[in-house]
Amino acid sequence: MKDLPSSIQKSPRLNQWIAIGPGKQITAYSGKVELGQGIGAALTQIACEELGLTPQQLQLVAGHTGCSPDELWTAGSQSIEVGGAALRCAGAQARALFARAAASVLGVAEESLRVERGIFSSAQTQRVTDYWSLAGEVDLSVEITGDAPLRSPCDYRIAGLSLARPDLPAKLSGAAFVHDFALPGMLHARVLRGPHTSCRLEPVAKEALAAALTALPGVTAVVHSGNFLAIAGADEEELVRALVKAQKIVGWTKPQKLCVQGEIEEMLPAMACESSVVHLAGAPQTPVTQHRARYSRPYLAHASIGPSCAVADPSGGPSSHLTIWSHTQGPHFLRDQIASALGREKNEVDVIHMPGAGCYGHNGADDVAFDAAFIAEMLGTPVRVQWMREDELSHSPFGSASLVEIEAGLDAGGKISSWHLQVWSHTHIKRPGWDEGINLLGAWAIEPAIPEPKDKDVSLPAGGGQRNAIAIYDLPHQAVTHHFITRSPLRVSALRSLGAYANTFAIESFLDELAAKVETDPVTFRLRHLADPRARAVIEAVAKASGWRQPGAEIANTGMGIGFGRYKNRSAYCAVVARVRVEEKVHVEKVWAVVDAGRVVNPDGLTNQIEGGIIQSLSWTLKEAVTWSESGITSQTWDGYPILTFDEVPEVEVLLLDRIDEPSLGCGEAAAGPTAAAVANAVAHALGVRARHLPLTAERLTRLIDET
Amino acid sequence: MSFKVNGRTVEVDADPDAPLLYVLRNDLDFKGSRFGCGTGHCGACTVLIDGHAVQSCTTPLWSVSSAPNPEILTIEGLIADPIGALVREAFLDEQAAQCGYCINGIIVSVTALLKRIPNPSQAEILEALSRHLCRCGSHVRILRAVDSAIRMLTP
Repeated sequence: MKDLPSSIQKSPRLNQWIAIGPGKQITAYSGKVELGQGIGAALTQIACEELGLTPQQLQLVAGHTGCSPDELWTAGSQSIEVGGAALRCAGAQARALFARAAASVLGVAEESLRVERGIFSSAQTQRVTDYWSLAGEVDLSVEITGDAPLRSPCDYRIAGLSLARPDLPAKLSGAAFVHDFALPGMLHARVLRGPHTSCRLEPVAKEALAAALTALPGVTAVVHSGNFLAIAGADEEELVRALVKAQKIVGWTKPQKLCVQGEIEEMLPAMACESSVVHLAGAPQTPVTQHRARYSRPYLAHASIGPSCAVADPSGGPSSHLTIWSHTQGPHFLRDQIASALGREKNEVDVIHMPGAGCYGHNGADDVAFDAAFIAEMLGTPVRVQWMREDELSHSPFGSASLVEIEAGLDAGGKISSWHLQVWSHTHIKRPGWDEGINLLGAWAIEPAIPEPKDKDVSLPAGGGQRNAIAIYDLPHQAVTHHFITRSPLRVSALRSLGAYANTFAIESFLDELAAKVETDPVTFRLRHLADPRARAVIEAVAKASGWRQPGAEIANTGMGIGFGRYKNRSAYCAVVARVRVEEKVHVEKVWAVVDAGRVVNPDGLTNQIEGGIIQSLSWTLKEAVTWSESGITSQTWDGYPILTFDEVPEVEVLLLDRIDEPSLGCGEAAAGPTAAAVANAVAHALGVRARHLPLTAERLTRLIDET
Repeated sequence: MSFKVNGRTVEVDADPDAPLLYVLRNDLDFKGSRFGCGTGHCGACTVLIDGHAVQSCTTPLWSVSSAPNPEILTIEGLIADPIGALVREAFLDEQAAQCGYCINGIIVSVTALLKRIPNPSQAEILEALSRHLCRCGSHVRILRAVDSAIRMLTP
């Protein structure tokens, strides 16, 4: 058997991927859902290319547990690499089967056939046929073999174009999101939660609490199970006003495991951890100079503009089918976990993906889906739950904080002779479906409580806390130690790029520090340690595009910095140059990025991901940190958790190095780490001070200048 | 209470203190204006009231109905407005969105700006966008779309 794409191995029958219809269309099924990353356009292009269709002839159905294949999560920059590979393989086999049927019907040789717009034609006959006419002749319930020839990228007509996203016109018109979805007789509900995930309800007489809450105008029902407390009503606006009053009625215990917030670089190494050497290669050479430095990033919030939302329909009774509309990244896992938490069979529950507000990892989507499902089950009526702004900024899992220490030696020739990186961090993934147990906030609160699973991080090669901890440079010696902090004071899980953001920031900052020690230009220093021609090409191209540090072109308080990384050490290459002006704070004036993501499916979609990745990383790097007190999360509003605003956005220029003969590589998270390093290196270039701890706020900058 | 939404006079039976956003979404079924924060920080709920870009999540119904003959335009109504339609077209041309949740509010604000000032300065554009947040980092595209709309308006 051929080495089939991993998603095909899980869903091996062709009709799990391709169906003829509706009408004069073909349906392609995918487990990779549209999160705003434009994957719908790219997957459509890939399927159309193999099937010989126009984009208008293809309907993509993604993330519906009733009919879409289970492709785990839409995460990790894997949707083109994994989901695209699956559709390409399935599409090729469908085309081959139909071509055989067409050859028979038309009485021509199979090799003479071509398919365009779904129509099979041959130079050997005037007659034509198409997918829809042949539908009765072809059995799509066969196993996918992987033997069907894929179309050569040289012949591509649709893949490689900047096809406009099919989902955008509706989103820019009116109802399009799960937030906008409504069912007849639907109740709105809101869940009451304390200021920290570990807070419990103050002991209270259940009946009295229910009576007090039901007495509030707008509340028609109360759902109370253990520490899970929700109010419901027909009018959302009245319910939201009742929520404010309800929060004053309900008391919460103090958080159970919340330490006092301090500097990350002091907090993390003091926490209990399990340490292990996760990478060791070569032997240290004798150095003439040694250098050591520590870097850190704080806990970061997803901070989506739209708070998480879901609608659940119990079809009128507790024993009926339960349908949940959700903006989850993993519909099948979510279905399984909700079924398990509610004591249901999997086949009694369906999750249907609908668009949500920006998704950058494991946010509140799954939790709010459980909230809606549980309340709907308890009340026996369709329920819509939308979290409030404070919920989104307090209860969505945060991205883990990290501390990174690097110690390296330099030889007499100005080359790195030894390298040891140590990273302290929590888990970077705790999604529903990751490891054992149920990972749903509400399920941990209901009675009988479902225990919260222990934290377990992703191991290398993908890595969680240690993602991109192995420097991709050619070093004679390299060791990486992972200090896995087994518990986190804040609820943490996957946020865009996981540990790669901190590790790349640290490695790329440290390289500039080493370059300075040997008085070498940072670009030259990097190239000295890089043989991979694709890595060298993006660095050389970004240096050229940015007019890298031209002698004589220096401007006071202005600096240029570079950052480079290959995401997960195996996905897209990305090199970033930032130009900053430092006054009372850091102003990023311009950012250049060069990306090699192999064969590009949709150039504009890829550019959009890189642009967005750069801007989001600038926001993290310059402004963001979750804050808390002993009572709970304090960065609960946009005042407390400011993100980048329009007047802080630099010019951004993205250049793609399209490599048509190389496999497509995941790129959605590639820019995060390189951007942070480029900014810190530019600040060092401008001021001569080294910012090692994020975020680079005006206060930190002032402190840094004072200390220097 | 009665006022005009997207060119149609509507009767609304709701609490005068109710924020306009909920009335538009749930009572009148105009879902294109979205809840983001409820405090007027993010701009996802922005609508036009008599030509002014207003955050509907912090605008109580009584303040709308107390104006003489108020006219509200949401994204649904802007599509029938020449400048609104042009701005939206520019956003689609530039693919100026990722998730798209914040964009309708931004299109509304940009439309209000261009109705007032057809050829605004960069400072005026940034001022109009200062009450909007985007988390996906679509800012550079949004700014390109605004420039493109201005070019279409001032040949």
